[in-house]
Amino acid sequence: MSTTTGQRADRPTGAASTPPQSPDSRRRALPLPARNLLAAAAGLAVVTALLMVTGDLTALRLAAVGYTFLAIAGLQLLVGGSGQVSLGHGAFMMIGAYSMALLVMRLPMLPLATNLLIVIAVSVIAGIAVGAATARLHGPYLAGATLILAVGLPGIAHRYHDLFGGSNGLNIRMAGAPPFLDGFVSTSEWQALVVWFTVLLGLALLATVSAGRLGRRMRAIRDDETAAAMAGIPVGRTKVVAFVVASAAGGLAGGLQAYVLGTVTPSTFSLVLSLTLIAALVLGGIASLWGALWAAFAVVYLEIWASELAETLNLGSDVQNNLPLVLFGVVLILVLRFWPLGVQGALQTLRARMRRS
Amino acid sequence: MPQTRRGRNGIRGIAAAGLALVIAATACTGAGEVDESGGADLDVAPGVTEDSVVIGAHHPLTGPAAPGYLAVSQGAAAVFEYVNAQGGVNGREIDYRAEDDAYDPSTTIDVTRELVIDDEIFAMMGGLGTPTHSGVIDYLNDEGVPDVFPSSGALAWNNTEEHPLTYGWQTDYTKEAKVQGEYIAENFSGESVGYLYQNDDVGEDSQAGLDQYLAEDVVAREHYESEVSDLSSQMAELDRAGADVVVCSCIPSFTALGMLEAARIGYDPQWVVSSIGGDTVTLQGLLEEFTQDTDVEGTPADAFLEDTLITSYMPRVEDEDDEWAQFFVAIYDEYGEGDQVTNTHAFGMTQAVMFAQVLMSAGEDLTRQALIDALEGQEWQGPGHVPFSSSDGDHGGHEGVYVVQYQGDSEIEMVQDPRVTDREGGAIEEPEGFDRLLPEEMEFHD
Repeated sequence: MSTTTGQRADRPTGAASTPPQSPDSRRRALPLPARNLLAAAAGLAVVTALLMVTGDLTALRLAAVGYTFLAIAGLQLLVGGSGQVSLGHGAFMMIGAYSMALLVMRLPMLPLATNLLIVIAVSVIAGIAVGAATARLHGPYLAGATLILAVGLPGIAHRYHDLFGGSNGLNIRMAGAPPFLDGFVSTSEWQALVVWFTVLLGLALLATVSAGRLGRRMRAIRDDETAAAMAGIPVGRTKVVAFVVASAAGGLAGGLQAYVLGTVTPSTFSLVLSLTLIAALVLGGIASLWGALWAAFAVVYLEIWASELAETLNLGSDVQNNLPLVLFGVVLILVLRFWPLGVQGALQTLRARMRRS
Repeated sequence: MPQTRRGRNGIRGIAAAGLALVIAATACTGAGEVDESGGADLDVAPGVTEDSVVIGAHHPLTGPAAPGYLAVSQGAAAVFEYVNAQGGVNGREIDYRAEDDAYDPSTTIDVTRELVIDDEIFAMMGGLGTPTHSGVIDYLNDEGVPDVFPSSGALAWNNTEEHPLTYGWQTDYTKEAKVQGEYIAENFSGESVGYLYQNDDVGEDSQAGLDQYLAEDVVAREHYESEVSDLSSQMAELDRAGADVVVCSCIPSFTALGMLEAARIGYDPQWVVSSIGGDTVTLQGLLEEFTQDTDVEGTPADAFLEDTLITSYMPRVEDEDDEWAQFFVAIYDEYGEGDQVTNTHAFGMTQAVMFAQVLMSAGEDLTRQALIDALEGQEWQGPGHVPFSSSDGDHGGHEGVYVVQYQGDSEIEMVQDPRVTDREGGAIEEPEGFDRLLPEEMEFHD
């Protein structure tokens, strides 16, 4: 059942770096949040090692994987966890990104961590507003309402041209690596580290929430709302809280994106982004936070590979225009046809089979 | 329950960790405070070998912006192939790598880093677009990559304090609009004027120039967003306000759309179009495409375009008397993609000739510093029709425009010779002592 996979999948992130045969009993002796934080630290170590052996370009792409991971993980908690479909997740990324850009431009003296906390606060407020307004909506109606957000929000950047810079967006220039690390890590590597530090901290929190009481309540609501209400779960409040947690993750991801790219434009946060995020989540595996990781890799790398493929094959411009989309679609269909729980589902089946033999 | 207690402790732990992080981070400097370090080392020559030099560019080769701007990199590539066929520049072949950014700023950042890190480009030449190029200009300057001739007329490129390695190309929107404003004030005095503009820096900077001459005569200011391809309310408003002259600070697709919409409601103003939206060959194609499957299908595109006034600073391919234009047509026939040559191709071709010329004068011992010295140390004589500034703290590129009127049958007539001006309130003047070199006189290949 999907419920069991959901729970199994809530294992802490970064656990892949610990040996698979590690004694479960000893790990269970630690409280779950501590285990999650340890796993996050291990994850950060893996990313740092990866950055040491690769160059600046990979650092930029790894950073992109990082913030996309966080955004999709928030979406996973919402869609896979509480069963609310949001097609407007990109809008929260936009709120986060523009908050970050405006903070850096208007209040350049604030340190990054403060900026990120403010970004989270802004996204939480936006999440409460939207979540409260849509808490009574189900299935396609909720999807429709959030869709409006994804379509409408970029328009605001055009409407308030002076504040948000219209279609050219905002450009910011951010401080790079701290001086004592000069010559040791490059700016891109530093940015990637900051992103992954924040992302893994956020994920440890998400994993804890997902495995705790709130996660249990969310899954109960997802599987049967009436039964959950009969069991004494405050349905409306839990749904709003799930929405707020997801939008905070989305907003923080957007803020990190602005930090890495140094530029925010409304065209980046189009409806296509929101749809891509949810399609990628389905591809990676909607039942698990791990699925969000594979999804993030797919979002960042499938497109790069597809356009490189189109370039080397020297295809016509019509083909080149559509190849990344077609490739994404075909991969999505194939994965879902053979592994309905996405890449993560496939990996789990594989692991189960290996254990049996 | 024990589990709940454990969860509470955990949350407290996380809160403590978060707090510790906040305290640690607040000790650091502000996120937006950038200390200006000394410039990068320019006495280097990445991408340069004995017999080749790698230069890069970001262009929309795919996506919605590609139909309008694909031609720029195609034109540049054709000229570089010609130059290479003549033996290159100072014995080096030019390896021109135009990467696709689909006009998406985040992709621009990715491909630019790819060019700088993996391809080790010597310089960036003609990176296209305001929102796209804005995202990489800091990076290029920090890395010490000469950022030569970005393909956009934003004022931001001409800022030698912040971006000393960026050299503008296009006559900026304000200069162009000032000449347009003066021309309209002189030739259509007393007539009502309406502005139609793109709602970004194009519109903003253009109005700053137009208003210096036309502030009294403006009866309507209508804008469009490049995401919304509908101009019906804008054209209706311009018609209602009674604008006899419409100044269109638009990209080609919206120039075409505006003309079609005006014709549909029976409104026939005098069109004045900026260089960015005034490529008649491109407009003909667009008008044909837009009229397909409508009532006016089969109406010749020239019916809409005739008498349109266009400002320009580069050679125009419609001009049969212009040696450079004819030279470009011939080169594109031989080295191009086989399609019809447009003024958008000519844009890229002029850039490429200009760049090859700079590279030539930088000499055989090529370093980035040598390229910068060459840019700063010369008075350029074409292929553009107006003087070009790339020194003394002014990296503005082309300094002015001339005005042509489209006569139909792919013919244009120059109705006002080149004029130069500044982007502030300075006067508009005829350029002094500017003598354009012919293709065979100019040294831009071996």
